[in-house]
Amino acid sequence: MKHIISALVLNKPGVLAHVAGMFAARAFNIDSLAVGRTDDPNLSRMTIVVIGDDRVVEQVRKQLAKIVTIVKVQDFAGQDVVARDLMLITVSCPAEKRPEIQALIEMFMAKVVDIGPKTVMVEVAGPESKIEAFIDSCRPYGIKSMVRTGTVAMARYVRGRATKETNE
Amino acid sequence: MSKEPSPPSAPARKPGSQVIVDTLVEQGVEVMFGYLGGVVLPLFDKLYDSPIRFIIPRHEQGGCHMADAYARATGRVGVVVATSGPGATNLTTGLATAMMDSVPLVALTGQVRTELIGNDAFQEADTTGITRPITKHNVIVKDPQELAPTIREAFYIASTGRPGPVLIDIPVDMQIAEVPVTPPGKVSLPGYRIRTHGHARQISAAARAINEAQRPVLYVGGGVITAGAAAELRALAKKANLPVTMTLMGLGAFDQTDPASLDMLGMHGTAYANFAVQECDLLIAVGARFDDRVTGHLKTFAPQARVIHIDIDPASISKNVRVEIPVVGSAKDILAELTDAVEPRERAEWFARIAAWKQRHPLQYDRQGSGIKPQYVIEELWRQTDGQATIVTGVGQHQMWTAQFYRFRRPRQFISSGGLGTMGYGLPAAIGAQVARPGELVVDIDGDSSFNMTMNELCTAVQYELPVKVCLINNGYMGMVRQWQELFYGRRYSCSSLKNPDFAKVAEAYGAVGVTVTDKADVSDAVARMLAETRPCVFDFHVDREENVWPMVPAGRSLHEMDGLDIFEMA
Ligand SMILES: Cc1ncc(C[n+]2csc(CCOP(=O)(O)OP(=O)(O)O)c2C)c(N)n1
Ligand SMILES: [Mg+2]
Repeated sequence: MKHIISALVLNKPGVLAHVAGMFAARAFNIDSLAVGRTDDPNLSRMTIVVIGDDRVVEQVRKQLAKIVTIVKVQDFAGQDVVARDLMLITVSCPAEKRPEIQALIEMFMAKVVDIGPKTVMVEVAGPESKIEAFIDSCRPYGIKSMVRTGTVAMARYVRGRATKETNE
Repeated sequence: MSKEPSPPSAPARKPGSQVIVDTLVEQGVEVMFGYLGGVVLPLFDKLYDSPIRFIIPRHEQGGCHMADAYARATGRVGVVVATSGPGATNLTTGLATAMMDSVPLVALTGQVRTELIGNDAFQEADTTGITRPITKHNVIVKDPQELAPTIREAFYIASTGRPGPVLIDIPVDMQIAEVPVTPPGKVSLPGYRIRTHGHARQISAAARAINEAQRPVLYVGGGVITAGAAAELRALAKKANLPVTMTLMGLGAFDQTDPASLDMLGMHGTAYANFAVQECDLLIAVGARFDDRVTGHLKTFAPQARVIHIDIDPASISKNVRVEIPVVGSAKDILAELTDAVEPRERAEWFARIAAWKQRHPLQYDRQGSGIKPQYVIEELWRQTDGQATIVTGVGQHQMWTAQFYRFRRPRQFISSGGLGTMGYGLPAAIGAQVARPGELVVDIDGDSSFNMTMNELCTAVQYELPVKVCLINNGYMGMVRQWQELFYGRRYSCSSLKNPDFAKVAEAYGAVGVTVTDKADVSDAVARMLAETRPCVFDFHVDREENVWPMVPAGRSLHEMDGLDIFEMA
């Protein structure tokens, strides 16, 4: 099972190495990892997608919380979250295929960000399933190159419940 | 000569090395262990005039074990220093040892100048990278103003929660830089929070489970000793009438001369401890972590038991065994609250069964043979010290026999590398313990192969006049390895026998006392002589070479499926 774990970390050198090292040492599987700044210059946010059963993921959460430079850890399991990936993908696009590909891009609400003589670079954002579907749709034309950010996620507003982040 | 008054606007300054020493003194450090090298010279220069006592080992690993054992003996933070590169890499075994056994340690390493970092400079190693998985926390200081706060944080992190080693890597230019003197601030660690108070609802659930239990067992690990909770443990065991078994790390948490003690459990535990765990209807784990050497085959471990787990580290809970009632917090507080909440119970039937197991399967060995049995030496040592000495060990059979035949009475009395199982821990650890307990009896019960790894520290014992006693259980083998080869590899003793030196002569060459004992009839006198010795000494007992540790749960078997229970009954 995939779990999305969100960790607020101190913006200090070595934090990423610590997280990566802990995952390797404890044989946990990372599906994706996205790191970026937050509104607070002292803090970054890591969004980690982990594959494992509930016990494994509970250990992941607890072991992350033990790292001194990690301030808060949250497992989004069972919560209503918005989860998004961003992808840039370059697809072969000879002139005669342009209308077809253009239609595809519109259908996915994606965006053309660069055009070459025989290729087109597309920016797609959305839930992972949408990204996967777009990749599948592009395959017949020939994918030249692609890059993905990994999932970022945030819990939706729920009336009467404060979003809970743990630090055990 | 009159001194120029400094202009009021300029704050006083001192070099980083002085800041380090002053902060260590502020943290209450009285003694440090460690070794010199180019990039720690500024620090050592300031140590020269400091009130801190400094012990120089003969190898950084030795220094790290000394600081570790000093910490285990006192409950305070041990401090070790090493230079960059090889000095730092030599610390790693010691750090990993301390990490596995949750020992509070602060390691200070020198590092090459900041601007050289990453250039493969002379004696540069990525110390924080190398030690990240074997420290509780580590950090490199790149701003001299951060020195004091970083050291304060290190002591705080090392000694609180589940303790562990913290390493601070300090480039030499940080030691030289002039730093404005600032008053100590509060430690602020937003990512480090510890839950000390157990959840009241969990505690009452645990109390209810204890009251309901017919066949409870307290399963106690090193966490009880770390938490200083031995008195609280005793109070609970007495009030609720609970038998107590201990892990290797837990030995000393409960007086083994008490009839409620089941002694050690696990692979080489007692039959009565293992049977009790397998038959119990409630297992109360306190400061223990369900290590595979304790549980045997996990799926069949304590099959009838509800499980309560009291631990300060939430990550320990439900890591290996599913826990019904977790209580996260300090064992000291939680045990005290539990004691208030439980009701006295007699459990006569349960204690009668345990007594029958004890009667039927006591720890035993062959006392008749003509050679020296290792267990006999340890038993004799126990008898002559009235079970009161501080005992340190290496790793192997002698360590298990010590755990079995020396009956410990109080916390911090038994000092041994449990989690990592580090051969060579014994002598340096004995030195660290002797530094912590001047004038007290400290005996290193060591194996010949273990001792060979770090016996150069005899120099250190001689230099600082630390009268540690090495009681060498010399079987001329890596005995524990040989036992496994005998049992599981058809007696093919591949590479497990080494040519030993004459240990008594080695001891004398170092300026210590060396005595060889080969006769069973001399053992008792030799032990008496060893205990009376005022200088560091090595008593080399040539024991029966192929003695095995019994009983034994072979790896992967269930805890009650023990071999070697009846082998002495034939005689
Ligand atoms: C540093 C290290 N290397 C290897 C081992 C594996 N090992 C465990 S026990 C043992 C043999 C120990 O021999 P000795 O110290 O003579 O003790 P004995 O078992 O004979 O009492 C070995 C090699 C270890 N625990 N530590
Ligand atoms: Mg041996």
